[in-house]
Amino acid sequence: MTAVTGEIISFEEAIQKYDPVLGFEVHVELNTKTKMFSSAPNAFGDVPNTNVTPVDLGLPGVLPVVNGVAVESAIKIGLALNCSIAEKCYFARKNYFYPDTPKNFQTSQYEDPIAYDGSIDIELADGTVFTVEIERAHMEEDAGKLTHMGGSTGRIQGAEYSLVDYNRAGVPLIEIVTKPIEGAGARAPELAKAYVAVIREIVKNLGVSDARMERGNVRCDANVSLRPHGREQFGTRTETKNVNSLRAVEHAVRYEIQRHAAVLDTGTPILQETRHWHEDTRSTTSGRPKSDADDYRYFPEPDLVPVVTNEAWIAKLRAELPEPPAERRKRLQADWEYSDAEFRDVVNAGVMSSIEDTVAAGVSASVARKWWMGEISRRARLAELEPAELGVTPELIVELQGLIDAGRINDKLSRDVLDGVLAGEGTPTEVVEQRGLAVVSDDGPLLEAIDGALAAQPDVAEKIRGGKIQAVGAIVGGVMKATRGQADAGRVRELILQRLGVEG
Amino acid sequence: MTDLIHLSADALAQKLASKEVSAVEVTRAHLDRIGAVDGAINAFLHVNTDEALLVAAGVDRARADDEALHPLAGVPIAVKDLIVTRGQPTTAGSRMLEGWQSPYDATVVRKLRAARMPILGKTNLDEFAMGSSTEHSAYGPTRNPWDLDRIPGGSGGGSAAAVAAFEAPLALGTDTGGSIRQPGAVTGTVGVKPTYGGVSRYGAIAMASSLDQIGPVSRTVLDSALLHEVIGGHDPQDSTSLTDPVGALVEAARRGEVEGMRIGVIRELQGEGYQAGVLARFHESLDLLRSAGAEIVEVSCPNFRYALGAYYLIMPSEASSNLAKYDGVRFGLRVVPDGAPTIERVMGATRAAGFGDEVKRRIILGTYALSAGYYDAYYGSAQQVRTLIQRDFAAAFEQADVLISPTAPTTAFRLGEKLGDPLAMYLNDVATIPANLAGVPGLSLPGGLADEDGLPVGVQLLAPARQDARLYRVGAVLEALLEETWGGPLLARAPHIEETTEVGSR
Repeated sequence: MTAVTGEIISFEEAIQKYDPVLGFEVHVELNTKTKMFSSAPNAFGDVPNTNVTPVDLGLPGVLPVVNGVAVESAIKIGLALNCSIAEKCYFARKNYFYPDTPKNFQTSQYEDPIAYDGSIDIELADGTVFTVEIERAHMEEDAGKLTHMGGSTGRIQGAEYSLVDYNRAGVPLIEIVTKPIEGAGARAPELAKAYVAVIREIVKNLGVSDARMERGNVRCDANVSLRPHGREQFGTRTETKNVNSLRAVEHAVRYEIQRHAAVLDTGTPILQETRHWHEDTRSTTSGRPKSDADDYRYFPEPDLVPVVTNEAWIAKLRAELPEPPAERRKRLQADWEYSDAEFRDVVNAGVMSSIEDTVAAGVSASVARKWWMGEISRRARLAELEPAELGVTPELIVELQGLIDAGRINDKLSRDVLDGVLAGEGTPTEVVEQRGLAVVSDDGPLLEAIDGALAAQPDVAEKIRGGKIQAVGAIVGGVMKATRGQADAGRVRELILQRLGVEG
Repeated sequence: MTDLIHLSADALAQKLASKEVSAVEVTRAHLDRIGAVDGAINAFLHVNTDEALLVAAGVDRARADDEALHPLAGVPIAVKDLIVTRGQPTTAGSRMLEGWQSPYDATVVRKLRAARMPILGKTNLDEFAMGSSTEHSAYGPTRNPWDLDRIPGGSGGGSAAAVAAFEAPLALGTDTGGSIRQPGAVTGTVGVKPTYGGVSRYGAIAMASSLDQIGPVSRTVLDSALLHEVIGGHDPQDSTSLTDPVGALVEAARRGEVEGMRIGVIRELQGEGYQAGVLARFHESLDLLRSAGAEIVEVSCPNFRYALGAYYLIMPSEASSNLAKYDGVRFGLRVVPDGAPTIERVMGATRAAGFGDEVKRRIILGTYALSAGYYDAYYGSAQQVRTLIQRDFAAAFEQADVLISPTAPTTAFRLGEKLGDPLAMYLNDVATIPANLAGVPGLSLPGGLADEDGLPVGVQLLAPARQDARLYRVGAVLEALLEETWGGPLLARAPHIEETTEVGSR
């Protein structure tokens, strides 16, 4: 079934010949305590089939009950996407047989979603703004997770058997559907990535989703079609399913544009189908044929009553909305006086909120950035965690920085202090004392070490005397090594230059 | 102890309260009766001997300790096998669920347990409640205690027959298109379909969610009211459950008052297609109510003629979706075909083997009616008819406080008589279906025996939604007047059932 890959033309040529039209269906898993229609915990990573009630397994006789918090989250997402909120909306059953769907129907919304007709501005890296129209955002439930065993590919084809975990079955989902996005041209892949990034940021900022793409909290189906420039009618689209990283969204859209163009160039029509994205080959392969006539036999869910909203409720939720991410970013960058590049790095590292909290706790914006972008990010990478998950509090950073500013420790020692604090040895001050990490501030032992270092590298000493002051680093290094790091590097530098009679 | 089985639930409750009899004695008497006659009747799919006796013994101890007890504590009950119960199998009358045990109790079962009513066992039904004769059970038909060659109605033939054969004083049924009321009519018992939402559906295996309703089965109107108050009321686990309190149903049944009430005869639910003996008894009931001071008026519900057609689109549509979960993946029957057993083939083979013909017929009908291109013509139109029927009821209830009709057009037919003709079978529910489509409550009570065959006839009362109390108020009066003419309960005239030597539970 795997379609031939590699039959693509260059992106530039594709864009020259064709006008891409995009469309996205983004599924956002909500972080409610319980599932969409049951009281089972909504939790990631637990032992399979433990977060299930009879409702989640679709046992005979069970009935769903709507999670009110999930409805509020849906409304908040709708409001953040500038949607209208339905006064009354219904759930519907989407009927299809698949073993990850316990009832063999998904409870979703069909004709009347809770939120509709919105729009959101997407700013690209160079400041270009695209307005993406939102068709709808509706509530539904997630399916369970299938693991195909015994095959080499992990796909159902060739598997000997499959395991199913219903922990995810019934987790609340909001599906956000765009209207067709026209006019992106060569920016289409970039816009695709930026759009999904904005959705992720919005739902994270609202606090309604953990928004971790690697955990499937935000999943994107990307629709692509091409049409010759100047034609109004859309071409046939393909839907690349479950593209689950920002980079992959960009690559998948780019690839599909190139592939469509290659197919269209041969005069062959595009097959309306779903496509699978392969990160390893950065290409898509054919999924299943998809037509507009896919028959899910939708009908109104008779086990649930309509969701009815009112103006007071919506006004209350609107009042609770946090500052929109784009506005917040503008405000913080101005406050902190970061360059565009610095600020972008901070955002990409996911430490903007941490820096905000740290600045609020009492250090300068540049110091907060040094910590979060430096030592803490480094540790997070090693631990494969988010920086904010390491347990470093703003108060801890303030205290560490205070010790450095007072000259009691240096930057290098501060890392050992952090180790001690994170290992539960006490406050930074206590760790300094217990570990004996204080900087060597008595000049006596330092001068001894300096003399030793100068004697060991007479040629370097000569260069410095001759005016090559930048060579002092080598001597400083020797001194730091000799004192096992427990020296204030700035003071060492001063003393070396004094010793050599050179003006720093 | 044989006498105990002939007592009403109300009478049993009084004897238990006064410690004249023990709950164990009452429960044992019914279990013995089941052992003696159920070989002939086949009302029970499972007899819950040990647990029932254990619960009864607990009630007796509690009473000895002067603990506060529910009035029905110690009064045994049978439960339709469509309602899930912990500790007992639940089959829905289907091979699909043979041997399956629910890990949870239906809300109504929790309420029975809270009232400490011993559950005698699970009663037979048409598979997934689809049928009007109980012949579609995968576990053999139930027989009508009035004539063992005749059907006990359906789908709740097991509950009705158990009560009619004095195997249980009370039973639970479910009513989607008449499955409580029509069996009540043909077995000479009382059956009530409450207002939609009046009783939690949580734990009732769904056939058609927008129509299904659990209700009481008994031998007297008052007994149904007693049971209705136990099982009724809001349940947060059923979103379609009403928030209203259950209402003073027992009080209504005890008061029994029709003077000055307007009782509407539905013009469209009589005449052609109705057996002469059924209509004769029906008109006698009207005369009795008139004599008691009620005003009999005629009302017209012109859209009722479309009810059966709409029902046979809405019900199968919902059923086709509700029954999709029976696929062999998570519970119940799993059939693995020879060759490469892909998931599609396992699901297909399981459903082919697990479902009977009537279930398949309805799944196919419903799947078709919901299909793209047909939805508007079938499901959509049927929902419009539903609205029209609701309007007919609303107009009728402007002119009458309650409505009245025969419950079923005929008395019990012979086993096998209509099995080959599904449409003829469906016509049994012509008078009961409108109430389900509109969500209004209905009660069937015995109206006497038809002259031509000597079999029970049912009289149906219908009230506006949430006015279930009116059914009990009028039903109790009519029941008293009829019993006066009969010189006792109708079931006292039922033929003797040969007791077999079979003892104990199966």
